Amino acid sequence: MGRFIDKDGMHRSLEGWPLVFTVLTTIAILVGGLVEIVPLMLADDAAERIETVEPFTPLELAGRDIYISEGCVGCHSQAVRPFRHELERYGEYQRAGETVYERPFLWGSKRTGPDLARVGGKYPHLWHVRHMEDPRSTSPGSIMPPYPWMLEQDANLDVLPRKLRALRALGTPYSDEEIAQATALAEEQAAEIAREIEQQGGPADLASKQIVALVAYLQRLGTDLDAAPNVENELSDASSTASGSN
Amino acid sequence: MPSSSTTQAPRVHQDDVEVFSYDEQITRLFVLATVIWGLVGMLVGLLLALQLPFPEANLGQYLSFGRLRPLHTNAVIFAFAGNAIFAAVYYSTQRLCKTRMYSDWMSRFHFWGWQGIIVSAAITLPLGYTTSKEYAELEWPISIAIAVVWIIFAINFFATLKNRRVKHMYVALWFYIATIVTIAVLHVGNNLAIPVGAFESYPIYAGVQDALVQWWYGHNAVAFFLTTPFLGLMYYFLPKAAERPVFSYRLSIVHFWSLVFIYIWAGPHHLIYTAVPEWAATVGMVFSVMLWMPSWGGMINGLFTLRGAWHKLRDSVVLKMFVVGITFYGMSTFEGPMLSVKSVNALTHYTDWTIGHVHSGALGWNGFMTFGMIYWLLPRLWRTPLWSDKLANAHFWVGTLGILVYVISMYVSGITQGLMWRAFDDAGRLMYPDFMETVVQVIPMYWARFIGGSLYLAGMVMLVVNVMMTIRDAPDTLPDAAQIAARKPVTAGMSGDGAPGTGAEGNGTAAPTPDTATASDTPSGKDDDDDDDTPRPGTKKVQLPTPGDD
Ligand code: HEM
Ligand code: HEM
Repeated sequence: MGRFIDKDGMHRSLEGWPLVFTVLTTIAILVGGLVEIVPLMLADDAAERIETVEPFTPLELAGRDIYISEGCVGCHSQAVRPFRHELERYGEYQRAGETVYERPFLWGSKRTGPDLARVGGKYPHLWHVRHMEDPRSTSPGSIMPPYPWMLEQDANLDVLPRKLRALRALGTPYSDEEIAQATALAEEQAAEIAREIEQQGGPADLASKQIVALVAYLQRLGTDLDAAPNVENELSDASSTASGSN
Repeated sequence: MPSSSTTQAPRVHQDDVEVFSYDEQITRLFVLATVIWGLVGMLVGLLLALQLPFPEANLGQYLSFGRLRPLHTNAVIFAFAGNAIFAAVYYSTQRLCKTRMYSDWMSRFHFWGWQGIIVSAAITLPLGYTTSKEYAELEWPISIAIAVVWIIFAINFFATLKNRRVKHMYVALWFYIATIVTIAVLHVGNNLAIPVGAFESYPIYAGVQDALVQWWYGHNAVAFFLTTPFLGLMYYFLPKAAERPVFSYRLSIVHFWSLVFIYIWAGPHHLIYTAVPEWAATVGMVFSVMLWMPSWGGMINGLFTLRGAWHKLRDSVVLKMFVVGITFYGMSTFEGPMLSVKSVNALTHYTDWTIGHVHSGALGWNGFMTFGMIYWLLPRLWRTPLWSDKLANAHFWVGTLGILVYVISMYVSGITQGLMWRAFDDAGRLMYPDFMETVVQVIPMYWARFIGGSLYLAGMVMLVVNVMMTIRDAPDTLPDAAQIAARKPVTAGMSGDGAPGTGAEGNGTAAPTPDTATASDTPSGKDDDDDDDTPRPGTKKVQLPTPGDD
């Protein structure tokens, strides 16, 4: 060691060779990332697949992009940890297999508001509409910003075929037909959700609006896993280990 | 701003000396950009801090919290800290290499390109164009522009290293090298995406992979944008300001290599207890704990550089800023490893504790190191005494108080959240099943943070005033002063080499270790090359020959 770091040691010579120095630095910073990330890229993720996990529908995808665009991820996580208190508050803990279509992942790093990974089905559509329009109307004391424009602005559904095509190129299994019909499929789903909102006593004519796409996305969150047959058993395992490690 | 000339580096060849000059104007530009964007970025931060306890401050679609949060982080990290880093790199690299930057054109391209990127960030983020990946939110066209500007910066920097007149690279340069290489690798690696529109794209990674790649990037953006370049800054400016050599040369070697090697591994500590493989989270945790040591190596090398010079703190606002900055570096790099331990992370993750940690590093370390550097540079770059020492001192105190109030309020609120979320009553039910209860509970702390942020911003305003007034008093023209160097490339042992064992003339940072400095050496980092000082009587400053004399 001494020979290396003494005032006339080998490191002293290295300081005279910027190129070698840079190459060594580059090697030093590459090792960690390679060791941690490459195995995951090579791993066969078939083992982690969950049968019931499906790609987002075109409308949900549009809603997800609104979620991204508004920066919801700055305050809401979507990754429930395997602790008893989180299981009770939110539901199942996060599985790798249910994230395979998340581009980008939206797990977040801050819970200014609650986790949303399992919010699907928790509230009626109309609750979400009211909540987005004015959070304090449904949740007194909430500090969430209001998003009234979502009830006024149209969702951009025309770009959906292009988006689905890009996602398929990356590996999401959309069929040719889904891609070709993406906009129509989205409009169909939107009309249905808008109808339900109206039935629940909400405003009419929301079908084309951003809010409907967002509601479609939020109502989807976590529901694929709920449908998985073998989740129950895993859960009881998890809660026991979780309360042990917590 | 007085007009200042940007003359080309003339190389007047005489018999055995070369006359050249440093590009001062580029440093001036980066200093000004630092100050302006610092003000903007922190103003946005303060608006965020207001929006949390007072949601009515969400001012419509373009100025709502979700869209402004990434604007804040981009502005303070890439615009405020980024421009500060570049000011430090351009100022010190030229001196440490005893040569002008390789290309004035590239330096200008870097400067204006970077400001253009920031402006486009300030436009696209409020419009809702974002990738959503933290600290990599900018969409693909801007992301490509960043890569281009960074590559130009790298070429300019490495070509300057090649042209250097000092044989050995001083430790600050090692940290700059690590910064430039690693940021390039991280930026490209994390931003690979398929565009689906002018400002929309999907990443090539999905789910767990995307998460791991993002936090490999995210954590190391902290490491190689907010840490290594600031260590380089510390290694250059602290000995200068203290007029003392760096404490230990050996420690700088050991902590440099261990820091750059270990940092990269720590990314998964952002993903503990998520769906990433357990082994990855564990490796992340173990390396994070190991990181404590090299981090404190840097802190020790910084603080101990002041051995025997502590009395200077009384009169030097620069040193005061540096000492508080380095102390916060020590605190946040102790705290970070602690937050990486699984059982601690279980409590703190997702809470305001993370925000407290971030800002103890950001306001304390990045902010105060930047302020110290600027107060040191102002009189030298504009060749005028600082307008007001008193105001600078006030900045120091207000800023320090602001950090404390900010950070402590976030610790209180973070621990409150963590404990309330996990509390069970005697019957085994959640004590606070309604999330709202935990929100309402911390609102007083959000107000406290707003006060802390206001104090810190008030300090920033004082800096702006001091900068403006100092520049107003500056001479009308600020030609680059000529420097003289031996004509032949200087080899080890010759005077002029900044080598630790051979004295300090070269880079003014002197012998890093006291034990390697011989009696005849300048034992301190005194500005005996006066290349960067306000002119003093008796110095060998030469007026710059007019361009074209070559
Ligand atoms: C007047 C000064 C500042 C104020 C009032 C302020 C305020 C804030 C607020 C309110 C947030 C959002 C916290 C949340 O979501 O709960 C935030 C986030 C953040 N700020 Fe600041 N900030 C200031 C200065 C800075 C500076 C100088 C830096 C960096 C150099 C910085 C870096 C960050 C980062 C990285 C985040 C995101 C943290 C995370 O995602 O975990 N801030 N800031
Ligand atoms: C030894 C050094 C450090 C270690 C091991 C470390 C560790 C950590 C950990 C574990 C977290 C994640 C908390 C969570 O999400 O649960 C974190 C967050 C963060 N740290 Fe550090 N930290 C270190 C130093 C620093 C320094 C010096 C700075 C700033 C200058 C900094 C800036 C940040 C930022 C910006 C985040 C927030 C990331 C986000 O958006 O979630 N860290 N750090």
